[in-house]
Amino acid sequence: MKTGSPILISRADPFPKSLWPRVATVALVVYVIYACAQMEISWERVQTGLANAAHFFARLFPPNFARHELLVRGLLESLQIAVLASTLGILLALPIGLAGARNLMPPWASWPARALIVLARSLHPVIVAILFVKAVGFGALAGVLALTVASVGFIGKLFTEAIEEISSKQVEAVRATGAPFPSVLAFGVMPQVFSRFIGFATYQLDSNLRNSTMVGIVGAGGIGGTLFAAFQRFDYDFVCAILIAIISLIMLGEVLAAGVRAIFIDNATLPELFRRRGLPRRDRLVEDE
Amino acid sequence: MPNSLVIRGLTKEYVPGKPVLSDIDLAFGETCINAIIGPSGTGKSTLIRCINRLVEPTSGEILFDGADLARLVGTPLRQARRHIGMVFQEYNLVERLTVMENLLCGRLGYVSAWKAWRRKFPTEDIERAFQLLDVVGLAGFAQRRADALSGGQRQRVGIARAVMQEPKLLLADEPTSSLDPKTSVEIMQLLADVARSRDIPVLINMHDVDLATRFADRIVGMSGGRVVFDGAPAGLSDAMLKQIYGGEDWLQ
Repeated sequence: MKTGSPILISRADPFPKSLWPRVATVALVVYVIYACAQMEISWERVQTGLANAAHFFARLFPPNFARHELLVRGLLESLQIAVLASTLGILLALPIGLAGARNLMPPWASWPARALIVLARSLHPVIVAILFVKAVGFGALAGVLALTVASVGFIGKLFTEAIEEISSKQVEAVRATGAPFPSVLAFGVMPQVFSRFIGFATYQLDSNLRNSTMVGIVGAGGIGGTLFAAFQRFDYDFVCAILIAIISLIMLGEVLAAGVRAIFIDNATLPELFRRRGLPRRDRLVEDE
Repeated sequence: MPNSLVIRGLTKEYVPGKPVLSDIDLAFGETCINAIIGPSGTGKSTLIRCINRLVEPTSGEILFDGADLARLVGTPLRQARRHIGMVFQEYNLVERLTVMENLLCGRLGYVSAWKAWRRKFPTEDIERAFQLLDVVGLAGFAQRRADALSGGQRQRVGIARAVMQEPKLLLADEPTSSLDPKTSVEIMQLLADVARSRDIPVLINMHDVDLATRFADRIVGMSGGRVVFDGAPAGLSDAMLKQIYGGEDWLQ
């Protein structure tokens, strides 16, 4: 045998090629093509669509802020719907989410709580809003109730999961001191999930702000109703003004949420928040190449 | 020593028919520092955890302070736990709480939940916590968050938390296994000082035979879920260690 030549030993391929992912990829591509054909999405259809879009966008500009009173009133109502629904939703989601955590609660408590959360999550907020409009009538109350349901579903689910992921060692230590159950929650559980809970809550406020601009379309209060009316009357310049206002509101909400997170999670003080201007610096986990 | 602990016929089976602890009979109270040694998986940890019922015993009695700990449930169990301090291998501090809050965890059994939620602890508890921080060498650390401490510092907080309970019995589950040799000796010294100054028995699970013989008044050797040695450290011969741990190469 020549020295230096590799000795070939037959071994199992360390990266075996599996068949099923390939079959699935091919199947997905085929289905996408089929679906396009089925719905008559052709190049011609895209072209006529684009022409119409150009016409539409031309009519959007310049935005018309003449009816700013109507605009501001709608925005404020949306804001109120979002804040009320978030507050109510968070207050309800705390006990329900806690009850759903299987590592702390017996099955007779966790299963009903989980069922409630699944129920709250199963329908889209717009559908829930329609239900509430039918039940309690047109206006902001229906919007608040609809978004409360959505908040309970979202925060409740994430809160339950956060509690189920906590370190049992810390809880065990608090339990071993003879602490009663509510004190175990206060000292062993809450500190571990509090910052995540603040994260969920601010994210939900953000999401409620967005959704509160939409529930008006089905008559549940807020700027959405104004927007829908403007669409119907082809007041596209007013539509544009409303869209700009909504985008500004959402961006403002984003900044506020980031501030709340910085205060609760990174322990920033209010002056610090203004001094450093902008989001807290994050250490990168990778280096530049 | 007034606080005696008597264990009779204690058996624990996680899986039916496969006992981790078989029919353990032990009594503590005459000696202060009691080390329990034995190989991993021999039930040392289970034994300690049966005493404060973090683990449910399958059968047997654990008599302490006029009650059978193995039978208690609900409020009586909680009240019994208040008098039993525990120190953990991985410290088990609540990471996001301050050192002071971790110490005050030791008072949660005595303070109403409503007051605990609002952090309204009696002034004397807070005063004692500050004194204990001096004792364990962490003066000035009260407002530090637990996750900002080193291993040795954390275990000092762990010991202080247990002492905050005014315990009549201290349990320590491998308190030095996650620490370096120097810190291990310091932590053992602290545990011994605390137990002797309060005249309470302490049960310490450990791996380190040298550390055990150096500090303990009494050594309990366990193997296969049974007690195979029980006596003063001086009586722990190489032959005995061989029986406890099996093999002999490690004794060279």
